[in-house]
Amino acid sequence: MKNILKNTSLAIGLALLALILVIAVFAHVFYPVSPWQSAATPLLEPFSQSGLPLGSDMLGRDVAAGIAYGARVSLTVGVVSTIISVTLGVTIGAVAGFYGGVLDNLLMRFTELFQTVPQFAMAVVFVAIFSPSLVTIVLAISLVSWPPVARLVRGEVMSLKSREFVKAGIVLGESESGLIFRHILPNAVSPIVVMASLMVATAILTESALSFLGLGDRNMISWGYMIGASRTMLRDAWWLSVFPGLAIVVTVVAVNLIGEGFEKALNPQAHGERKA
Amino acid sequence: MFSKETLTVTRRTALLGATALLTLPRIGLAQAAPVDGGRLILIARPEPATLGLGLNLQAPTIYVGGKIFESLLTYSSDLAPMPSLATSWSISEDGLTYRFELRQNATWHDGTPFTSADVVFTADDMMRSSHPRWKLLAETYVERIEADGDFAVVFTLKEPFSAFIYAFELSSLPIMAKHVYEGTDYRTNPANNAPIGTGPFKFVSWNRGQSIELERYEDYWDETPAHLDQVTFLVIPDAASRETAFEQQIVDVLRPGDVEGFVARRLSEADDVIMTTMGEEFYAPHAFIQMNLRKPPFNNLKIRQAVMHAVDREFISNNIWFGMASPATGPVSSRTAFYEPDVTPYPFDIEKARGLVADSGLSGDDLKVTLTPLPYGQQWDRTAEYIAQQLTQAGLDVSIRGVDVSGWAQALSTWEFDLALNYTYQYAHPALGVARHYLSSNIIQGTPAANNEGYSDPEVDRLFAEAANSVDTEETQRLYSEAQKRLVDDVALGWIFEMRSPTIYRDTTNEVVTSAIGVMDTMKATWKAA
Repeated sequence: MKNILKNTSLAIGLALLALILVIAVFAHVFYPVSPWQSAATPLLEPFSQSGLPLGSDMLGRDVAAGIAYGARVSLTVGVVSTIISVTLGVTIGAVAGFYGGVLDNLLMRFTELFQTVPQFAMAVVFVAIFSPSLVTIVLAISLVSWPPVARLVRGEVMSLKSREFVKAGIVLGESESGLIFRHILPNAVSPIVVMASLMVATAILTESALSFLGLGDRNMISWGYMIGASRTMLRDAWWLSVFPGLAIVVTVVAVNLIGEGFEKALNPQAHGERKA
Repeated sequence: MFSKETLTVTRRTALLGATALLTLPRIGLAQAAPVDGGRLILIARPEPATLGLGLNLQAPTIYVGGKIFESLLTYSSDLAPMPSLATSWSISEDGLTYRFELRQNATWHDGTPFTSADVVFTADDMMRSSHPRWKLLAETYVERIEADGDFAVVFTLKEPFSAFIYAFELSSLPIMAKHVYEGTDYRTNPANNAPIGTGPFKFVSWNRGQSIELERYEDYWDETPAHLDQVTFLVIPDAASRETAFEQQIVDVLRPGDVEGFVARRLSEADDVIMTTMGEEFYAPHAFIQMNLRKPPFNNLKIRQAVMHAVDREFISNNIWFGMASPATGPVSSRTAFYEPDVTPYPFDIEKARGLVADSGLSGDDLKVTLTPLPYGQQWDRTAEYIAQQLTQAGLDVSIRGVDVSGWAQALSTWEFDLALNYTYQYAHPALGVARHYLSSNIIQGTPAANNEGYSDPEVDRLFAEAANSVDTEETQRLYSEAQKRLVDDVALGWIFEMRSPTIYRDTTNEVVTSAIGVMDTMKATWKAA
């Protein structure tokens, strides 16, 4: 705990994320009415009417309510798609790295197949084919973001496999799954955690970009959607794009700070913290 | 003394008056006298697939082709027929014979004289096989089409059809050259990419992906040929670039849809920019909510009435369409012939809507519906979101389906929808653009512009049929009024608004919109101040 607090970037990141989490979880308490519903006259500037600190959009919808509910979509997509892609990536990477040979070859060629196609383009195609919804968006993001994890884990597993404690395990008759799950993966966890936390940020950005292009879930308000819907009115109503944009920036910065903090905490040598 | 002064003043006033009389008309003339020359730059959006007008009825083909081709008639903004390739016309008293006298000095752009043979070929052969709307019309109503000498054509109908006089609009029956198309495969004829028409501008070149160039046809039939030397259509696929091109004065005119409504509004705020919503009276685009009447909840009249009460059509017109729309009251646009304003009104009243949903006796899954939005841009998206939200408040459980254009068309054409947004053209007369949405004989799959909702009422069928056959205007009005009242009482569709699409141009460009088809017309009267 002391270490975490001393780690400023981790502390700031966690504080910001906690704030966003509270807003997301209690959105329905702060704003009991749906964020799609008109709450006032259209296009009110921020602070021009009490109760509407961030103004209203072209349909008179409360921008602040949109941001609160949008946090739910962003966090859900970020976390769920990361869990799926990490699971997928770790499984494929561990199997390929541990068994090697033909299996490794096959799995890595399969991984390359996904890596060679530009990630965002593939996500767009996937969502467009399977009609946009929260589920397809999460799946699309997971589908395009697992290959780097698989690569990383494969590398880690290959290097750990030849270490003495693993060889000792083999000699002691440990099963293959036992070797992978109890001995190798726990030692590879720190780079995975760091990568995963950064993937959350990428996933949030990808979701925003999809929604911006009109490929979001039409029934869930999200930050990318809010910017996309108001981009044509940027010159007339700046607050419609600026506030959701700030929300994305803050969230992504928070997640990145956490990722950076984890890296420092889990890999102190690289940052010279020991000496200090 | 007193009287002298009075006299002086009078004389001076008289002199001033005389001077004013001499100068005023001159000023008036200076403003009205068109300047010849110059190049008008327009936007082809999207780039047309072909310029073979009549073979392709998409807006960009009509926009470009409309400068090159002509039909027999054009229409004033109050929908009165005006001469084009026909100089005059007469309709027999029984409504069965339509006779058109043709221009005797018109020529095709390759120099061949235009004659009645071209009209007969176009109407009886080429368009009968290639033009979906003309084909239907010709098969249903036209008995025979004959030339009477070189410069008169007679259409004989099987039964009277009062809307027939509106069938000679540019995109409905563009006259094509017999010597170019006869005996060829119309769709692959090279003239589709280098068209030969009778219009005021002739085709020069088409640089794919860049521009289409036209120039004035010097041997045009009118005493005064087009004022402009050249007309250029630039291909600008991106909306923001189109906006910039207009702001930077690269482009002279933006036709409806080149930019979205809020951009149009902003552009028109400049002092030297003119915006008009005139010039689409013939098409009168009418927007509506299509409800699938085949299944719950929309087979229930109370739910349909609730939809009408739940949606604030004024709000949509003013806040989503920025005044470039006007609330619709029923199936016929107020700009179309035989509009009936005296129908059951459905004022915005969310409480009443809620009450109607509660009284409908439906609950749970029956009230769960999906809305298929029209994916035609931001304003349609906002309209869908607004309607979904209002219906949710009224007690329905609405979710919006994410679709692209083909997904939308597919959903409507196969009847796989609960609620959908749609808009169609009315073509000046209920028999041409309105009846198709309500006739039970038009409950067909494969097009989003038929009776997709599945409305069926024998009485409405009868009224529409009798109105179309009637030759007496008062009788026709009575029949159409009754049909409109029945449809509104039944809420056959959820009519939302009449589109008032903006055409934008600089005040140095004149006579841009001169008829009921606006910028689609020939633009022979258009001129640019030097």
